[in-house]
Amino acid sequence: MDAMDEIVREFVVESYENLDQLDQDLVALESDAGSRALLSSVFRTIHTIKGTSGFLAFSNLESLTHVGENLLAELRDGKREMTQLTADVLLKMVDAVRDLLGSIESTGTEGTIDTAPVVAELQAVLDDPTGGAGATPAPKADAEDEAPADAEEALSEAMGALHVSDEDDEDDEELPAEEAAAEPAAESTKTIKPKIGKRPADAPAPAPATAAAPAESKPGKVEETAVRSAAEQSIRVDVDVLDALMRHVGELVLARNAMTNLAADMDDPVLVRASQRLSLIATELQQGVMKTRMQPIDHVWNKVPRMVRDISSALGRKVRLDMVGKDTELDRGVLEAIKDPLTHLIRNAIDHGIETPETRTKVGKPEQGVLTLKAYHQGGQVVIEITDDGKGIDPEVIASKAVEKNLKTAAQIEAMSPQDILQLLFLPGFSTAEKVTNVSGRGVGMDVVKTKIDGIGGVVDVQSTPGTGTTWRLRIPLTLAIMPALTVESASETFAIPQVNLLELLAIDDKLTGIDHVGDAPVYRLRGHLLPLVDLRDVLGREKRESLEGAVIAVLQADGGRFGLLVDKVRNTEEIVAKPIAAAIKTIGLYAGATLLGDGSVTLILDIPAVARRALELTETQIEGHDETAGRGDTEQMLVVSVGDGRQLAMPLGAVTRLERLPATVLETVGGASVMQYRDRITPVVDLAQMLGAGAAFREELAFVVCTRGDRTVALIANEVVDIVDSSAEERSEVSGYGLLGSIVVKDKVTELLDLEAAVTAADASFYEVDDTVFNESQVAELIGAGKGA
Amino acid sequence: MLHQLATFKLDDRLYGVDVARVQEALKIQAHTPVPHAPRTVAGLVNLRGQVVLMVDLRARLGREPYGPDDEPMMMVVNIDGEPISLLVDAVGDVLELDPDTFGPPPPTLEESLQELVTGVYSMEDELLLSLDVDLAAQV
Repeated sequence: MDAMDEIVREFVVESYENLDQLDQDLVALESDAGSRALLSSVFRTIHTIKGTSGFLAFSNLESLTHVGENLLAELRDGKREMTQLTADVLLKMVDAVRDLLGSIESTGTEGTIDTAPVVAELQAVLDDPTGGAGATPAPKADAEDEAPADAEEALSEAMGALHVSDEDDEDDEELPAEEAAAEPAAESTKTIKPKIGKRPADAPAPAPATAAAPAESKPGKVEETAVRSAAEQSIRVDVDVLDALMRHVGELVLARNAMTNLAADMDDPVLVRASQRLSLIATELQQGVMKTRMQPIDHVWNKVPRMVRDISSALGRKVRLDMVGKDTELDRGVLEAIKDPLTHLIRNAIDHGIETPETRTKVGKPEQGVLTLKAYHQGGQVVIEITDDGKGIDPEVIASKAVEKNLKTAAQIEAMSPQDILQLLFLPGFSTAEKVTNVSGRGVGMDVVKTKIDGIGGVVDVQSTPGTGTTWRLRIPLTLAIMPALTVESASETFAIPQVNLLELLAIDDKLTGIDHVGDAPVYRLRGHLLPLVDLRDVLGREKRESLEGAVIAVLQADGGRFGLLVDKVRNTEEIVAKPIAAAIKTIGLYAGATLLGDGSVTLILDIPAVARRALELTETQIEGHDETAGRGDTEQMLVVSVGDGRQLAMPLGAVTRLERLPATVLETVGGASVMQYRDRITPVVDLAQMLGAGAAFREELAFVVCTRGDRTVALIANEVVDIVDSSAEERSEVSGYGLLGSIVVKDKVTELLDLEAAVTAADASFYEVDDTVFNESQVAELIGAGKGA
Repeated sequence: MLHQLATFKLDDRLYGVDVARVQEALKIQAHTPVPHAPRTVAGLVNLRGQVVLMVDLRARLGREPYGPDDEPMMMVVNIDGEPISLLVDAVGDVLELDPDTFGPPPPTLEESLQELVTGVYSMEDELLLSLDVDLAAQV
């Protein structure tokens, strides 16, 4: 029954597409009554619908289109002239077809729509000799391309039909005969029906595509080309063929890379030119094939409404489905790969997320739950979100189950943030345990979802607020096959970094300008922002680097954050083809795959989000006494400074533009307020110690924390910059005083949280009144400047 | 019905795997090490355009892995339709063995081998340890 449903659904979708074309064609026909191409196109559309509807036993639809087809055949063969009345009745027919399709789509049957009046009208026109060839003879001499509308024309039409039916096997013999006679005999129709029905997807598309071809050789060439619309220019291709094509293009790209390498070594201008040409063609071919494979996500989503309806009615839930971003395109390989995970997540959201109507009413939610699917492009990736407004997931339940299942110890759980605990849902042991499912109501087969998404280089995570709902977020690459990458060297080994993650490259000069240490962690001052640095050698567990000189910082973007990856050398940018790697290597969790470089060597592709996570772990262990309870999800990086009297202050790092160490002599006083000349500007300064009543501890050299917003800059004075730490919101105590927001514990030392806004406004009262647009523009300008520099 | 085994030497011992599972034997080729991989992974090698995992069978059998100066052979076996390259000291002949000479592994066999050795063929002058190729290729 399912297979049948599938055929019917495809038929409906197909026919809708064709009907839109039909509407256009018929309207165009009114102003261009003689166009043979338009008539042929209309005829074929109706013919296809008729054939398939007969096969699927939609008898009303069949009889309606049958009469319509007869009328169209006469028009097309020039036996009758297009008139207002004819157009009207044909449009009526299209409307009736649309109604019937609508009914078929929603109920699976033709319903109670009465097609008899339309059929009668069509028949009346058909029977009316005044509308026929006798009254207004078709081969009108003045009709521009109608002149050769004789036997020759009919033959060419027949040839056209022959062409068209190529894909429909034996139809070849029957179709032209039928059409040339302009008299679709009932028997021959019957024999072709099953064939069309068997391949409903194939039948209609090739028809219009080739329809215009034979006509082009006729005098009406210009006109015919003009009416070829988008639908007529598309063909359907077997996906296996596309897959094979993609693989070959992948290999071609690799061969091209090898060739380019060779040519560069040989220094032969002829070879170089040939290789450049090859390169160009390979690139174009690759882009073309990629484009061919892009499909809107709706191809997967269009099954969802039905699924949601079935599941929710089976479970007694009321669910409204919202879908945003249906047009978001991605590679069909990726589409295929997300089908199952998506189904799983949707099922899960309804089954375990959205409560029963009674429960929802009790907790004050509307009876009907909302399931939202959202897809959008972000940074070269596709993000798909599945959100329900159900009961959410309680981390505590998950945590206690994880302990019970011996997946984690109580101590480990203690050290985890709620966000991290939710990620436990993806552990294999979690999902197979039936008991957990019953109690927590979540986690069935989530490891399978994760495995599948991991398999295509994607990421899945979950966020949930108990009581209000859960969001599962998939981030997946646009395409699987070929990607641009940067090859880098670290400890004499080569690795590939996907360009998607790469923002820019910075060379480190011999003076190591810009490199700083906050605590033990190296940072780079990049245009006023502090960029945490991670050495790829450390990540890979290779020997420590002796000197930073000559190293390169690859500024990378991963999981929403930026960091700088220190590599020894940048080799090249290359198109790479990700090859599958053994599971044993995948589980290391650092590599997205492997590829072959131009010289034939195997190179590992770094999984940048994984590297970022690993790097974070490294930093955490490096910073001794780092607060382990700090979760990654809700943490904020804090800059810790000392201000005399043994006091430490912490402030959000994000608000800090620059850190400077300057001699105390830069301070000047203007009108009782402290200022300094900084970057050719008079910058107001506030001494944090003084502000907090700690007594200004003057030293020769001071640490300046510079905050810039728009064109305004304020500098805060501290004694020393101590560290950068992660801090999560929960652990803050509320003890506070003027200019303070509370306190946290950093390295066993109570550290006060600075109210940065208060501090800054103490120096410059109107600091925050800067127009945000100015702020943005200056940032943009900065970025543009940076882009030029890089 | 005689058993056909592709044999190889490793630390002066003779091993064999089902010949039907062996794709080819080659000299070791330039390969890429994989940081943080288990010590049984020798690296990845390009086998005619395919990225193939190289398993250090010495390490897999609980011995010292091959060093950079060793020149082991690659014995490419088929695991679930995918090639995997096993590193061995030297590749020997394909032998036809009488199933009657096959016996369970001696209990005195080192523990590291017990897991992988499915049994022993006693030949005239030496013993042939039959390996479970699927387990051997697992890292």
